[in-house]
Amino acid sequence: MCRVVDLHQAVLAKNDRAADTLRAELAARGTTVVNLLSSPGSGKTALLERELVEARDRAVPVAALTADLATENDAERLARSGVPVRQILTDGLCHLEAGMLAGHLEGWLPTPVRLLFVENVGNLVCPASYDLGETLRVVLASVTEGEDKPLKYPTAFGLAHLVVVTKTDIAEAVGFDEAAFRANVERVNPGVEVLLTSARRELGVGLLLDRALAAAAGAPVHSPVMAREPHPHTHEHAGDHTDLAHDHSADDADHTNGTAAMAQPRP
Amino acid sequence: MHEMSIALAVIGQVEEAAGRAGDITAVREVRLQVGELAGVVPEALSFCFELACAGTVLEGAELVTDFVPGRARCAPCAHEWAVGMPPLLSCPRCDGGSTDLLSGRELQIVAVRWEDGRTPAPTREPIPEER
Ligand SMILES: Nc1nc2c(ncn2[C@@H]2O[C@H](COP(=O)(O)OP(=O)(O)O)[C@@H](O)[C@H]2O)c(=O)[nH]1
Ligand SMILES: [Mg+2]
Ligand SMILES: [Zn+2]
Ligand SMILES: [Zn+2]
Ligand SMILES: [Zn+2]
Repeated sequence: MCRVVDLHQAVLAKNDRAADTLRAELAARGTTVVNLLSSPGSGKTALLERELVEARDRAVPVAALTADLATENDAERLARSGVPVRQILTDGLCHLEAGMLAGHLEGWLPTPVRLLFVENVGNLVCPASYDLGETLRVVLASVTEGEDKPLKYPTAFGLAHLVVVTKTDIAEAVGFDEAAFRANVERVNPGVEVLLTSARRELGVGLLLDRALAAAAGAPVHSPVMAREPHPHTHEHAGDHTDLAHDHSADDADHTNGTAAMAQPRP
Repeated sequence: MHEMSIALAVIGQVEEAAGRAGDITAVREVRLQVGELAGVVPEALSFCFELACAGTVLEGAELVTDFVPGRARCAPCAHEWAVGMPPLLSCPRCDGGSTDLLSGRELQIVAVRWEDGRTPAPTREPIPEER
């Protein structure tokens, strides 16, 4: 027989649970994750290279994982800093998931590591939906990408704890309008900090490390409006919703209770 | 593609729920709530869903998406507005940044309609929900 069953499961519930577990496990080992998101070529690897060297110079124990669709080039670049680096090849998958990250950390993550930087797959669409157990989510955009990037990728920018502008050394040459960029960021993520950097000229290098260390030390991170989730369960219910097993059970014919509007059987 | 991962997550969860329920022979319909700010394109999701359902107990199932518009409320001045796309999340009245997002980030499986092997009977067997 045909029945309508009420599930109410967040589609990404599994990833969210894995991320929470990973966050707690890493916190217990004193490790904080920084998730770096941007389009391909924005300069994640270049900036991270600098930040890793800076961390080494300051004797802060850090490590980095870099995800790429196919090549190991980024890991080789990052490894020049001398800190532990590992490449994740996603084999075409356009984002990392918490479970994948956990798998790659197993048996590899050295101790002690204060900060674990994760360079996500170059993509501003899907990685935004996947919590990796990070404490600080950083979204980067280079001055060449246009001031309206935050409006084109509102989920990515809207969920960022920190926004980093890269390649400011060529800002003038490409006519980057900093005020317009900041206004667009503010529209989708009011109050988020925007840092200006140039890995090439070593401008603003160390700021990302400062913010990450502050977050690791327990300083409050920015709370994006988009991440302030209301109670997700919005549909009307006839009965209460405290039992774990409400099956709006029945064959089609008798499905006439208050949930019919959302679980209307097809004719 | 992003929507393919989401479609696979939906299918995986429905398969699990079907497994827990036992003797589900076919899934007819999956009802999703998709918020304006969920970062998912419903048409692309439907396309991927249909492809990915092939060969599973969900083969032929219809994906029905309920779109949830994004709405926000300013904490200091109580103004409420439709956030639109691209979303405006700072208050258009007082320019304040302490906004509460009331809706728009939903991405959840609300309900499924499926066939089980049982004959219609008054006994109702509850399906455990996953939290
Ligand atoms: N002018 C300039 N170019 C940069 C800077 N950072 C990175 N690039 C260049 O941008 C390209 C992509 O950088 P990469 O770090 O690989 O980007 P990713 O794909 O985000 O990791 C490379 O050709 C870099 O040399 C910078 O600060 N200034
Ligand atoms: Mg890179
Ligand atoms: Zn319900
Ligand atoms: Zn993806
Ligand atoms: Zn206001």
